[in-house]
Amino acid sequence: MHPYLPHTSEDITKMLAMIGVSSIDDLFEDIPENIRLGRELNLDESLSEIEIEAKLRQLASMNDTVKDNISFIGGGSYNHYIPAIIKHLAMRQEFSTAYTPYQPELSQGTLQVIFEYQSMICELTGMDVSNASLYDGGTSMAEAVFMANHVNKKNDVLVSKSVNPQYREIVKTYARFKGLNYIEIDIKDGVTDTTDLESKISSDSSCVIIQTPNYNGLVEDVAAVRISMDAVKNKAQFIVSVNPISLALFEAPANYGADIVVGEGQSLGNSVQFGGPYLGFIASTKENMRRMPGRIVGQTTDLDGKRAFVLTLQAREQHIRREKAMSNITSNQGLNALMATIYLATMGKTGLLEVAKQSMYKAHYLADSLDSINGIALTYKQPFFNEFMITTDEDANEIYNQLTSKGIFAGVIIDEHHILMAVTEVHTKEHLDKCIHEMEVIA
Amino acid sequence: MRDYNKLISECSSNERTGYKLPKLDVDPFDYEDYFQKGTLRKEAVRLPEVSELQVIRHYTNLSLKNFGLETDTYPLGSCTMKYNPKINEDMAALDGFAYIHPLQHESSVQGALALMYELSNMLEEITGMDEITLQPAAGSQGELTGLMIIKAYLENQGLTHKNKIIIPDSAHGTNPASVTMAGFQVVEIKSNKNGTVSLEALEEVLNDDVAGLMLTNPNTLGLFEKDIFEIAKKIHSVGGVLYYDGANMNANMGITRPGDMGFDIVHLNLHKTFSTPHGGGGPGSGPVGVKRFLSEFLPNPSVLKENGVYHLRYSHLKSIGRVKTFYGNFGMLVRAYTYIKALGAKGLKDASQLAVLNANYMKERLKEKYVLPYDIVCKHEFVLAGLKDKSEGVNTLAIAKRLIDYGVHPPTIYFPLIVEQALMIEPTETENIESLDRYIEALLKIAEEAVGNPELLINAPTKATVRRLDEVGAARKPIVRWEG
Amino acid sequence: MKVIKTLLYTKNHEWVRVEGDEAYIGITDYAQHSMGDIVYVETPELDDEVKASEYLGVVESVKAASDIYAPISGKVIEINEQLEDTPESINESPYDAYIVKLSIANKSELDDLFNGDDYEVYCNEIE
Repeated sequence: MHPYLPHTSEDITKMLAMIGVSSIDDLFEDIPENIRLGRELNLDESLSEIEIEAKLRQLASMNDTVKDNISFIGGGSYNHYIPAIIKHLAMRQEFSTAYTPYQPELSQGTLQVIFEYQSMICELTGMDVSNASLYDGGTSMAEAVFMANHVNKKNDVLVSKSVNPQYREIVKTYARFKGLNYIEIDIKDGVTDTTDLESKISSDSSCVIIQTPNYNGLVEDVAAVRISMDAVKNKAQFIVSVNPISLALFEAPANYGADIVVGEGQSLGNSVQFGGPYLGFIASTKENMRRMPGRIVGQTTDLDGKRAFVLTLQAREQHIRREKAMSNITSNQGLNALMATIYLATMGKTGLLEVAKQSMYKAHYLADSLDSINGIALTYKQPFFNEFMITTDEDANEIYNQLTSKGIFAGVIIDEHHILMAVTEVHTKEHLDKCIHEMEVIA
Repeated sequence: MRDYNKLISECSSNERTGYKLPKLDVDPFDYEDYFQKGTLRKEAVRLPEVSELQVIRHYTNLSLKNFGLETDTYPLGSCTMKYNPKINEDMAALDGFAYIHPLQHESSVQGALALMYELSNMLEEITGMDEITLQPAAGSQGELTGLMIIKAYLENQGLTHKNKIIIPDSAHGTNPASVTMAGFQVVEIKSNKNGTVSLEALEEVLNDDVAGLMLTNPNTLGLFEKDIFEIAKKIHSVGGVLYYDGANMNANMGITRPGDMGFDIVHLNLHKTFSTPHGGGGPGSGPVGVKRFLSEFLPNPSVLKENGVYHLRYSHLKSIGRVKTFYGNFGMLVRAYTYIKALGAKGLKDASQLAVLNANYMKERLKEKYVLPYDIVCKHEFVLAGLKDKSEGVNTLAIAKRLIDYGVHPPTIYFPLIVEQALMIEPTETENIESLDRYIEALLKIAEEAVGNPELLINAPTKATVRRLDEVGAARKPIVRWEG
Repeated sequence: MKVIKTLLYTKNHEWVRVEGDEAYIGITDYAQHSMGDIVYVETPELDDEVKASEYLGVVESVKAASDIYAPISGKVIEINEQLEDTPESINESPYDAYIVKLSIANKSELDDLFNGDDYEVYCNEIE
């Protein structure tokens, strides 16, 4: 029949006899006539692997990759180095084909990996507890909003305009339907305007959300935001969205008073993959632990006293708490979290720092060089990490197209005269110099 | 297999490295003064320092403590643990799919857009819906997206008083959880003695406040909701919207379609019905399909085709907004696309038919020794209510743990909530008769042990990598990270 | 199932021990038995005002979570801090391990509660 369908006609005959029906159709007698499809699905015939590969390769060949081109596109998804071993380990069937570790005796592999992942996220962020993952950076921000609402029962959600616009859209959607008030905080010179924040924060505020480095690539003055929040003695939660690579260099959010830390973990060993599957992370304080969405793995012992791992604090989750659950999430981004864990183990203490520094140094080299070209200028003066915006006299779309013809993806086109550029450790000086040269030609 | 029990951080050794980056080829700069005071970390992050081989041995040994779908039979009810074809993995790993950035110019990703466009069409045909969004990241998110669409649709007509969603008591926990997240209230109705939606109970709660009803068909007992047409009529008569939870779609492909049953919104689980791997807890993908009257509320963007060219368009004018960054879990879309191409129209129907055949076969062979609360034809899964004969202390948990000693994966247990001591078994179509018989034999042997030798069950498992765990301690004094 | 006759009870298996104008609230032996090993108790905060039949908190075991409701209206004047470290004390002695102490808002509400005998009858009915 088909390699995935093992039944022979003999098997089927035997089984039908056991059941006591004469044909498979008998098993569908209970489906009302008027809703039986009665025709074949309007889909192509089954293809062999040879034909499938031809078709898929043809589709894939229509796409230009960040491997074959020099890409400076960031905007929430980054082309970082991915160690070769990650794929080989993640592809092991014991990791990739297993499901939710509800039977811990058969899932110690998955459970321990999640525990290690949680531990590493806590090390990076300085927080007390992390969950097993959420869908991506944008939805993890939305889940943090709901978490803050569970903690303090307030309704106003304050989001800085310097947060990734897609994340803001997602938060807006989630907030709208839950009946929360979505309020944006203005930015000044590319970063959060704390004066505007102070004018908008009140006793109804549930949370204040900033991103650092922000969408413009700039580092936010987190201390100033915390001070503005502390001035109003309410219990608003300080939610910070961070770039996990940058945490090798930058202060852990726990140390500047973050209550909930979220972000996009794609940079940690996951390829850009046209937008997904990615990896949302969330971490918080001990006080907030029982309001965390999603799965959490805890350490315990078995009957013989052996160390083991198990899903814990399940009373927060949908299968127990149902309509009162902290979130509806079940399947999360398990395999992507595994890949991030292997990445962090492989790169380790020194590797992650080197990735961060190289990305930063190269970005600054490119930014400084572009800034000195006539007709191109760095848009903002504030410190940035590995992503920056340029203001262009020429039309940005024109620049993008021209550079594409030279094998360069210029960056995210913000509008007709602004491009957002990200640089990582995978860019060589040759790549950067080529970009500078082509930009000089156009300008 | 040696008893490996270390955390990666416990393998760490000062200055050992597992990576190599190219030499820095630009000038560094003194960043201490560049950033505002307090921006920089004072101490390096405490991550492991291990060699590449150590990483490989560590995670390989961890994997050996895991049971996967390729280890042996894994019949988790409502999870559809079917074979995950390897060709799917190879196709998703092609550079042209894995290494394209979502914000590249459309003209440079026409192949990706074409795949999404074709996949949407295929899923629309399979479900009988008019338009599909591929954006939601998993089934739960699909549910939430669908509920948001319902709310937006009603708000658009000024019907904000309609704030109740009806859910049967057999429903999966994600249903009521999603209802709350979407800002609705749950109204639960009891199932009738046949295990299906009670039309009387439904009638009782039908009023002008009803926004909709969430249902899976077949339901979580594996029984087909024959009254679905009546149910749809009733919900529509009060201006409500009918939502289909696609978790059990594996029973229906090519046979019946939610769109033809009267459902207005549908979500699918690509990681269940469409063979993408479960990943130990994701990533999944939860596309949502709607009937035409709800199209304008779908998330943006979607893929349109004009004169042979594909575009990402923000075309849904009353969109609920975004629910996820970018376009969905694209890597899973490639896998599902590949699977549908591999099976084709006939193959998908065969898959559903054989899934149903397998479930009924197991049910018939087990009903002598196990309690079968609904002794009728089932679809792709069925629920048992524990053993007929057993000693004190033998419950469904003990049966499940003893199955581990027999080298197979236990089914879903204690769900659905309306069956006491529930065992929910979904073999899927990719199990051959020998593996089914082996699983059945294990359960039948356990039935004997339950009477003659119950300690074997109560002390199980003894043949796994660990014995039963102290879950109470883990919840009372949670240790959720390595402290060092 | 142990029932202390001098206490007052609710259908949701909370007990009330009145001491002058104050009341101790906890969950009964029936409740702790059906929950299994209790791992966590969530309570309101000090000075919170609660109304009869409104949500008071949650008692959690590994596989279940049970909402508890205020049997009577009042203000929370004491929370049993011991439950944070030893939630199992509810399993061990459910009638000693109180959850909160309220200052009673309206004594007449006590009349709506079960007495010991009626509660015992009720428990036998629902078995």
